[in-house]
Amino acid sequence: MHWIVEFMMRAPVNKIIPFSNVDGPGNRCAIFFQSCPFSCLYCHNPETIRMCRNCGKCVEKCPAEALKIEEGIVRWNESVCVNCDTCIKECEYLASPKIHFMSVEEIVEEIRKRKAFLRGITVSGGECMNQSAFLLELFKEVKKLGLTCLIDSNGYYDFENYPELMELCDGVMLDVKAVDPAFHQELCGCSNEIVLKNLDYLLKIHKLEEVRTVILPHFDEQNEKTVCYVSKKIKNQSRYKLIRYRKYGVRKEGLRKLGEENVSQEYMEPYKQICFKNGNKQSVII
Amino acid sequence: MSRVKDIISDSTLTYHQQVLALARLAENDDDSLPLEPEFEQALKEETLCDLGEGRAPYRPRYILPDYRILMEKGCEFLGLTPATDIWEACNNLLIMYKHVPSITSFPVYLGNFTDLFAPFDKDEKETKKALKMFLLHIDKTLTDSFVHANIGPKDSRVNRILLDLTKEMQLAIPNLTLLYDPEQTNDEFAKACVDCMLATSKPSFANDVMYRGDGIGNYGIASCYNALKIGGGGYTLPRIRLYNVATKAKDKDDFLHNVLPHYAQLLLRNMDSRIRYIVEESNFFKSNFLVREGFVKRENFTGMFGVVGLAECCNYLLGIKDPAKGYGHNEEAEKLGNIIMDKLESLVKEHRGLYCEGCNNQYVLHAQVGIDSDGRENSPGARIPIGVEPDLCDHIQVECKYHKYFVSGIGDIFRFDDTWNNTPDALLDIIKGAFAQGMRYFTGYNADNDVVRVTGYLVKKSEIEKLDHHEASLNNVTVFGQGARNTANALDRRIYDESSRK
Repeated sequence: MHWIVEFMMRAPVNKIIPFSNVDGPGNRCAIFFQSCPFSCLYCHNPETIRMCRNCGKCVEKCPAEALKIEEGIVRWNESVCVNCDTCIKECEYLASPKIHFMSVEEIVEEIRKRKAFLRGITVSGGECMNQSAFLLELFKEVKKLGLTCLIDSNGYYDFENYPELMELCDGVMLDVKAVDPAFHQELCGCSNEIVLKNLDYLLKIHKLEEVRTVILPHFDEQNEKTVCYVSKKIKNQSRYKLIRYRKYGVRKEGLRKLGEENVSQEYMEPYKQICFKNGNKQSVII
Repeated sequence: MSRVKDIISDSTLTYHQQVLALARLAENDDDSLPLEPEFEQALKEETLCDLGEGRAPYRPRYILPDYRILMEKGCEFLGLTPATDIWEACNNLLIMYKHVPSITSFPVYLGNFTDLFAPFDKDEKETKKALKMFLLHIDKTLTDSFVHANIGPKDSRVNRILLDLTKEMQLAIPNLTLLYDPEQTNDEFAKACVDCMLATSKPSFANDVMYRGDGIGNYGIASCYNALKIGGGGYTLPRIRLYNVATKAKDKDDFLHNVLPHYAQLLLRNMDSRIRYIVEESNFFKSNFLVREGFVKRENFTGMFGVVGLAECCNYLLGIKDPAKGYGHNEEAEKLGNIIMDKLESLVKEHRGLYCEGCNNQYVLHAQVGIDSDGRENSPGARIPIGVEPDLCDHIQVECKYHKYFVSGIGDIFRFDDTWNNTPDALLDIIKGAFAQGMRYFTGYNADNDVVRVTGYLVKKSEIEKLDHHEASLNNVTVFGQGARNTANALDRRIYDESSRK
């Protein structure tokens, strides 16, 4: 990469969680990038889905005057922000004004400070693969620190097209939200064709760290179809996380379609049994 | 009402607690130990504190007998012959424990269970049965949470049995510490300890590499987290309340150059006279069987110089009113913390200690865990005040800056939500990182536990409730937990959980 490109390269970061015990094995630094090609109905962080359009609505509503418009761009003053999230609630476009455009070096500096405590990093989002070129440069630097790099992805992008990145990364944590194409379209607003291709590909190259499926209330048939498909595919080659649907953070249209009840532990057991029957002994209910 | 009658009629005291309270009353009524008038004044104005050691000390504060001698040779005074099986080993130890004095009158060090029981673990079932009775006996008779045992650093079946029993029995006593060395302690054992720690608030992790590096020699972790020589101990632990001392200074320079040295020296002189009294006047080093039979040696004892309130001291000297913007969140305050501790360390090291030849003739700094009368003005040792704890990572990194000074112990307590129960790997990564960065001692617990760590010792929340309802609690320390909860919010530490994502 030309130095000027590298110099200019910055990616939209929604959040960096210095210590995370839920984004892959061990203690990890998790970096959440802004923007996602999917818009899943049950998304818990819908404000990470799109980029800000600078409409300025949030600026008017901010009670702490932490937002202003400069030359048509919404600017966020982190030092006076009280994190009340009014801006996020006001946003009609599933975006957030509270993001930082960060360089590889800036992110690496954040990681370096905590290196002694970390096993690795996990890039997530939004969909971190929206920033694939940036990830490649980031991983090169993180590897120099002796840390592992995991990708948390919805599988929208075909991983086969990123051989260099796949070589560097230690594994992918892949969401398989639904196997049924029509249901996936309805749920996420996108086709799942590449997602399922990715499942096969990552298995083949031994980079599938884990698969995750959210188990929904009222959609027993879809749940079963997906869990059966995935567990048969992965057998015992990777961990399979079955995530209980929870209503918290889900936006209105999601609640209308998927319901307002949280899925219980008992409801999950049959799906765990399916995994077990298909040879996946590493399934966990979250 | 007379103070004696207060004790006699107090429905929250057990019989044994009454006996101890009455003895303490008598001890504190005496004035055999002469005090400098300035020291007495400092006690009154609460710049210095004698931690209830009174004016007639008749035993060292903390005693760490070398129990290996009991195992090898038995004990003539107690008429014990060397144990030949797990039952005799347990019985010999339980007998001996009842004859080990301390400031609390209970033994603050029970030995390293991994080593003591290793030769006797022949049959797993029998070992488990014996150790279960052993632990129950300790909890019901050595009724004080400063009673402390060690395990590790190496894994063994005895350790795994002890961890299983600790989880199963959910007892506050004894306190337990793993001597952790990543070279010797395998990850599986360490993770099992993390799992047990989250479930029962013990064992804590001691940085064995760091302690050995300090040249302390053969050491044990006693009482809260006091690192002292085995076959020795600590004579005394008076404390300096740094916040209160800071209020006596005109400014930062006056504090560093005049006020701090004045109070430090006052405290050091008090330690000298207290130690002289214990060694020369009391009978302990002349006639106690522990000394006569070599379980402890006088030269292996030292004095502990206790410190509280570093955070509040720094904030005060810099005029920081809001603790959320001070020590723990403010580089200037933390730098001042290092300057103060450098100064205090040199004052303590320059002082030639009495009767501590085995410890380079030096007293040692100890980050004391606080008592309920400290309130919110003096946080324990060098801890960040409860209520303004930063992110876990920053929390650890700030406190690591001060751990090097406190060779006889410092540590903090971290409270976790239950997502960490499923990820002992992640917590072990954090402990490894913390120790690599110079943390001496790490302890944590799950926010929902009944057995919780208050400031260094363990209590059951359900036992505190008994006291709240004016009923007696068998554990002598429950009352301290109640006080620390009421005055220092010690049960309201920040919970490190998913909500930190917001």
